[in-house]
Amino acid sequence: MKVTFPHMGNAWIVIQTLFESLNVEVVVPPSNSKQTLTMGTRLSPESACLPLKLNLGNYLEAAKEGADTIVITGGIGPCRFGYYGEVERQILRDAGYDYEVVTLEPPDGSLLGLAKRIRYLAGKDNSWAQILKALRFAYRKSVAMDRVEDLIHAARPRLPIPMETEKLYHDAKRRLAQTMSDKGVQDTVRWVQENIRERQEELGTPPEGFQKPLRIGIVGEIYTILDPYTSMGLEEELGRLGVEVDRSIYLSGWVGNHVFQGLAPGYRSIKSYPSHAKPYLPHFVGGHGQETVGAAVKFAQEGVNGIIQIFPLSCMPEIVAASVLPKIQEAYKVPIMTLIVDEHTGQAGIQTRLEAFVDLLERADLQRGIGQTRGDVLSVEGR
Amino acid sequence: MREDKYFLGVDVGSVSTNIVLLRSDNTVEETLYLRTQGRPMQTIQEGIKLLRAKMRKSAEIIGVGTTGSARQLAATLLGADVVKNEITAHAVAASRVNPEVQTILEIGGQDSKIIILRDGVVSDFAMNTVCAAGTGSFLDQQAARLGIPIEEFGPLALQAKHPVQIAGRCSVFAESDMIHKQQLGHSLPDILAGLCQAMVRNYLNNVGKNKDIQGPIFFQGGVAANPGICKAFEDELGQPMIVPEHYGVMGALGAAYLAQEKVGMRPEMQSRFRGLHLAETQFQAKSFECSGCANRCEVVEIMQDETSLARWGDRCGKWSVDVSADIRTGIKELKGGQRGA
Repeated sequence: MKVTFPHMGNAWIVIQTLFESLNVEVVVPPSNSKQTLTMGTRLSPESACLPLKLNLGNYLEAAKEGADTIVITGGIGPCRFGYYGEVERQILRDAGYDYEVVTLEPPDGSLLGLAKRIRYLAGKDNSWAQILKALRFAYRKSVAMDRVEDLIHAARPRLPIPMETEKLYHDAKRRLAQTMSDKGVQDTVRWVQENIRERQEELGTPPEGFQKPLRIGIVGEIYTILDPYTSMGLEEELGRLGVEVDRSIYLSGWVGNHVFQGLAPGYRSIKSYPSHAKPYLPHFVGGHGQETVGAAVKFAQEGVNGIIQIFPLSCMPEIVAASVLPKIQEAYKVPIMTLIVDEHTGQAGIQTRLEAFVDLLERADLQRGIGQTRGDVLSVEGR
Repeated sequence: MREDKYFLGVDVGSVSTNIVLLRSDNTVEETLYLRTQGRPMQTIQEGIKLLRAKMRKSAEIIGVGTTGSARQLAATLLGADVVKNEITAHAVAASRVNPEVQTILEIGGQDSKIIILRDGVVSDFAMNTVCAAGTGSFLDQQAARLGIPIEEFGPLALQAKHPVQIAGRCSVFAESDMIHKQQLGHSLPDILAGLCQAMVRNYLNNVGKNKDIQGPIFFQGGVAANPGICKAFEDELGQPMIVPEHYGVMGALGAAYLAQEKVGMRPEMQSRFRGLHLAETQFQAKSFECSGCANRCEVVEIMQDETSLARWGDRCGKWSVDVSADIRTGIKELKGGQRGA
């Protein structure tokens, strides 16, 4: 059995770790790219949402490397993601690919059924204790990954050479993917911190002090938030424009909530969002619609300069959220912009909107604080 | 500053390339409106040639701003001091013309925008996202189909007695619905007025959704020349549309104002403008597909006599010689100091 899985930003690092700790052969598909999307779009229904098209592309590219089993999580509610496993299985079968699809969810609410599927994937050689241990290590790694991402968010607007910051990020990801010990994981996070600190010290302090970067909160559909290919490099681009990005969902928060049923909080828990959303959207609408609204409220209360919502075209829960957001914009006087992406989205349109949005925030906020302390970047975690 | 110093604003869009020459006393010396016709480089050079013919020998350009979808290309060729997105440029121009303005409706060749200003600052904006229904190109096309010059479209629409209902959700359906209405025997003015109404409805439902439209309202962009559309907006919104004098070149005007703002902040700064002789300079553009990763970015390179002026189009920054990196976010420099903590 050679297991593969769909890409979603940096999730591959965590999933690869999980299977490798269990000695299961795993194929990490090539990163999302134009080619992935082209291949996936060819097999997908036109009206399917973007993540499905990318997933299919991932499987086709993984098949070339000999993958024969797909692992995907399930879900409930109006969001179409819950059907992905089944729909993808049938599409692949019709297209002549011999893939087995294992959907990690309790079928009809049966935890025993879920346990059986996990057992099937892990094989006979792993005890439940080992499976649990592997799960916990992968989870810790995903928390570390999120911390690194957050450090990079803070570093982008503050370090002068974007390419170097991206290289640091890239190297950190590589280190995290390779290490198989808790010490290695912690060391990587520290290494990134040190690196940023050193670079800042090289800069010195200009006489006129530092400009505090603008802060933008990103909310919306999880896949588009977490996957930089899908969001057209939204976070990186904003960083280049001098903005510090924060987002509503980090991978470990989603895993903690969705897979561990709230037993683990993740790096930044998403638990509080429904209660924040209450005055505006008091019930579950599928996907992360309610979380989007709640996160927007939370960001607004924290005093971010602006909020960007991003989702794939035709994403129903986010469309519901998008129609609620203007109320939050009004109530908290915080600018909110919505971006919608699909395979036809052009880089230029996104670029123009981002520049205009940052301009809007800049001009509204010419009196920002000067003279930040140096510790700022390194105290970003655990807000 | 002497009288002979000017600011240049250039707006290179999909359909038209607009050039504005601004005197140092904020009055407009010259405006040019050219069709881009898919050749932005040649059009920019053509524009400079026309401009040079109209300028006095002693005239000097002391600041250049570019905007529009080809702003980066224009900035490279001209040597711009400011490169700005068209939303900010339109907003700056409108609030300079009338500081009271609260809403800008802008409809261009292939895109449409709405910009909400409060106290002279942009507070909200939207651009058309997934569809270009109801923009200038669509009107052009329908005028061509009906065999009337685009200039007559508006005046004819104003003669309508009973505007026809036309499905305006999508250009393609609007077109088939329009043909159907023609075949039923409706008069041309009624059909044109119906098209105007459909287009305005479409704009307000898509771009203007959830936006707090308050007067004074500026109507800008090439389509503002069409009185039929103006009237349809006024009927729908119940407020007068103000069409500013330079409605068709507001983006370029905004870019010129932004250049002026920048030079005003730093009088000692030399403009990067490469000079009017660039009308004769030979530029070459070539593109190649980077094979560094699976993204296969299309990298574009602008050359002048074998030296590379700029490259862009790559996601990772491997090829980018971003001439405008330091001027892309002009306002940051204005405030001095780098960001950091």
